[in-house]
Amino acid sequence: MIAGRGLAKRYGERRVFAGIDFELPDGGFLLVTGPNGSGKSTLLRVLAGLAAPTAGELELPPRDAIGYLGHDPLVYRELTPLENLSLFGRLYRLPERGERIGMLLERFGLWDVRHERVSTFSRGMQQRLGLCRVLLHEPAFLLLDEPYNALDAAGGALLDEVLAEPRTRIVATHEPERVERFATARLAFA
Amino acid sequence: MTYPSDVVALARKDLLLELRAKETLPSMLLFVIAALTIFHFALPRGTGVVAARGLLWSALVFTALLGLTRAFVPEREQGMFDALILTPVDRSAIWLGKSIAVLGFLVGAEIVALPAFAAFFHALDGRTVAAVALANIGICCVGTLFGAMAVAGRARELLLPLLFLPMAIPIVVGGVGGYLWFLALYDAIFGLLSWAAFEYVVSEV
Repeated sequence: MIAGRGLAKRYGERRVFAGIDFELPDGGFLLVTGPNGSGKSTLLRVLAGLAAPTAGELELPPRDAIGYLGHDPLVYRELTPLENLSLFGRLYRLPERGERIGMLLERFGLWDVRHERVSTFSRGMQQRLGLCRVLLHEPAFLLLDEPYNALDAAGGALLDEVLAEPRTRIVATHEPERVERFATARLAFA
Repeated sequence: MTYPSDVVALARKDLLLELRAKETLPSMLLFVIAALTIFHFALPRGTGVVAARGLLWSALVFTALLGLTRAFVPEREQGMFDALILTPVDRSAIWLGKSIAVLGFLVGAEIVALPAFAAFFHALDGRTVAAVALANIGICCVGTLFGAMAVAGRARELLLPLLFLPMAIPIVVGGVGGYLWFLALYDAIFGLLSWAAFEYVVSEV
């Protein structure tokens, strides 16, 4: 379960959000919507444990149970997909990471470019690799911030498949129609 | 024994990034050779050993600063601290891995700088080389911590020298004087403090 009670976040004098209450049971899907700059990304960072709330109580899973995708794909651009995933596989202490990495690269259409530097990739390919990194350790909780950004139709369909899998999912987007069908709970920022 | 293997994986990643980008070490090499050349022509003939050694230490500290400025560029530009912090790795392993990589770059620069100093000024004795080796550890431990702190700040290019250079004064004092015990003590105290403090530097939480 992941839950927040009376969550608020400020940066100095600027209030990002306040009075956020939610409770998401295991396997649920929380759809976070709102315009740009409304605080969706900050909320996801708070829920990922990357930022502290200014007020409120949080019930979070352990950090290695979280798969977080921010605005950036969070991969090293001067490394190859294989090197990136091998590094994170090692840091997540995955026992049979070679097999898992190969399966993910195949699934996201990156197997043929596994030895090429990420800096040569399009933004959409980088986003696919970011998704591979997020899914590498088979997290029980997915926190995805605008995950459809830069993905083409095929990439979007792959992400649809990922979101349909039984996990606890929190997705922030300003295009809610794409994932509306999965949502079991909603949080709208003004 | 996951901690050592985490540190090795993180240090290896940084060395691999440098091998690909070839930005930090060439800059450090060019800087230290240029600095020693300038000192060679600026210093009058017959200058004493201590004065020349002082210039060596100045060159080494500023060369290290150059490397430290570049140390967290991938983490800053690609937001990689977030991805690393979410892994189950102890956060101090991130600091130690980065310190080892910076140490590698600094030693790489010194492999060229020390013979150049011997050619331009005076032959180096074993005590000076030992002092440089000990100083490297302190420079990398403290500098990596401040490098991570500077990444989070707005005026990061200003912040790192402002934080690091005052902390490098004891290293220069110990290095010029050849006080090996003092440098070893500095390494032990500030290495331990940096190791313990890094946890609080990289995250708001």
